[in-house]
Amino acid sequence: MAVSLGAAALVLVVLGLGLGDYPLGPLEVVRALGGDQGFASTVVLEWRLPRVLAALAFGAALGVSGALFQSLTRNPLGSPDVIGFATGSFTGVLVFTVLLGGSVLGATGGALVGGLATALVVYLLAYRDGVQGFRLIVVGIAITAMLGSFNTWLLLKVQTEVAMAASMWAAGSLGLVGWSQLWPAALMLALLVPCVLAVARPLRQLELGDDAAAAHGVRVEPARLVILVVGVALTAVVVATTGPIAFVALAAPQIAKRLAGGAGLPLGHTALLGGTLLLAADLVAQHLLPTDLPVGIVTIVLGGVYLLTLLVREARRTV
Amino acid sequence: MTAKDTMSTSDDAATPATAAKPAPGAPSDSPAALDAAAATGQTSRLAAVDVTLAYERTTVSEGLSVEIPDRSFTVIVGPNACGKSTLLRALSRLLKPAAGQVVLDGRSIADLHTKEAARRIGLLPQSAIAPDGITVADLVARGRYPHQGLFRARGEDDARAVAAAMAATSVTALADVPVDELSGGQRQRVWVAMALAQETRILLLDEPTTFLDIAHQIELLDLFARLHADGSTLVAVLHDLNHAARYATHLVAMKDGEVVTQGPPGEIVTAEMVEHVFGLPCLVIPDPLTGTPLVVPRSATR
Repeated sequence: MAVSLGAAALVLVVLGLGLGDYPLGPLEVVRALGGDQGFASTVVLEWRLPRVLAALAFGAALGVSGALFQSLTRNPLGSPDVIGFATGSFTGVLVFTVLLGGSVLGATGGALVGGLATALVVYLLAYRDGVQGFRLIVVGIAITAMLGSFNTWLLLKVQTEVAMAASMWAAGSLGLVGWSQLWPAALMLALLVPCVLAVARPLRQLELGDDAAAAHGVRVEPARLVILVVGVALTAVVVATTGPIAFVALAAPQIAKRLAGGAGLPLGHTALLGGTLLLAADLVAQHLLPTDLPVGIVTIVLGGVYLLTLLVREARRTV
Repeated sequence: MTAKDTMSTSDDAATPATAAKPAPGAPSDSPAALDAAAATGQTSRLAAVDVTLAYERTTVSEGLSVEIPDRSFTVIVGPNACGKSTLLRALSRLLKPAAGQVVLDGRSIADLHTKEAARRIGLLPQSAIAPDGITVADLVARGRYPHQGLFRARGEDDARAVAAAMAATSVTALADVPVDELSGGQRQRVWVAMALAQETRILLLDEPTTFLDIAHQIELLDLFARLHADGSTLVAVLHDLNHAARYATHLVAMKDGEVVTQGPPGEIVTAEMVEHVFGLPCLVIPDPLTGTPLVVPRSATR
């Protein structure tokens, strides 16, 4: 399963590096990767490679973040989107550009502050003698709805150009990711990898229920807080770089589980699948559609179809 | 555990044993039961000392002291909402006492590192959840958590402990079967196996036989009796008084958050005690098979 996913990812990488206004065949791509191929090397190494690598890394980060949230809330709808991170970061960007007069492109800080503040507020509101998954989701949905209308109101107040630029950011795109954006994000994600590995085993224990986890020596509340922080951090890095990209966090863990089997949500497979999924969605966004769309639009459409399938299957099973 | 630990435990625990207040008029007012326990020189590794147990707004127990005799099969009985499960949660450090402390091996259990405590006390909670698609062997192996580091993969010790736990609970043949596909009785044995894989000398069981049919209840209780015979200290909350009287070596009867009486079932299970604790008029006769007390309820209609 891991091997076939890896192979699929590799095919997509070669496609992603080859397709475009200056098309290259697989062999040319491989040669261009080695450098010294003049313009072909520039196109592949400077223009296309950072975007392809970003799709893989960010998809993996979003997928793992979703798996952490879903495991923690014991709910396939748990994801950083649901607890309001994306909406909150958009609020941060809007407040930054509208009230402080900054540019949308320089709004990374606003996105981070907005997203983290929202996550913190949701956590605190859901906290009562510890955080329970379902309460977290319900509070998250409520806060998301409130922030959503606040965002709409802000968009209506600002100048059209600012609103357009902000909306483009909110759609989530990999189009502006070059090496200079990729490096800091990749570094942050690399630092988060050991954190994910460290929370993986307590996470497996929490799947057994709070009492069983505690009986096995997990400090339940601190462990849960650390897992939430790691999950939010993974999403924050991605959102700060690309804008919110929906549904990868929601769908990747569940699809990976169905493909890989076994107990709980498989973190490794989810990372691989999330990367492959986002790369595929970005290729669709760039090449299969008449205009170059932000990848966030494609993932929303794919996610909608996925969610519908999930609901129909659940409905069939229960009837 | 060193000999020194044991000594200090018995010293510390001398007070709580007498501190358990029998309710006025309860049959155990005769101190025979307590004296008997003291006379046999029972030591205790685990004790609740003058604890106040409370959830957010409701106080369940105040000034409660209970000592778990070492190597006993202690069963806690009492009517619904008498605080027996709460006591078990406190003993397993799932619930932090609002006052007083739970003492394990002479130290407050709150001072122990959680993993260290989990290497000494195991708990089978009521509310454990089997993750989707998990196999029996995988679930049992999760009991090894307190023995493993943060990143370390499973070692030989773990494999041996998991195999032994599955053998003791007769689920070895089911090792690769998904837990979702098991019957209720099999599933409960798997949960016990997970607790056994933790390799603790003290094992707490919260209503382990609830939801099982009578045959599976007896099968499970026989398993506990075997574990007890092999040297484990067991503490179980049970609903069935007759099962408790047959299997327990030490019975603790609770009512309204207090210990009413405790001691060997043969000495403390009387018609007066059952009527006092449960409000049920009854006849207590010797069990024709084991000679242990058998409670026969009197009912108003037949």
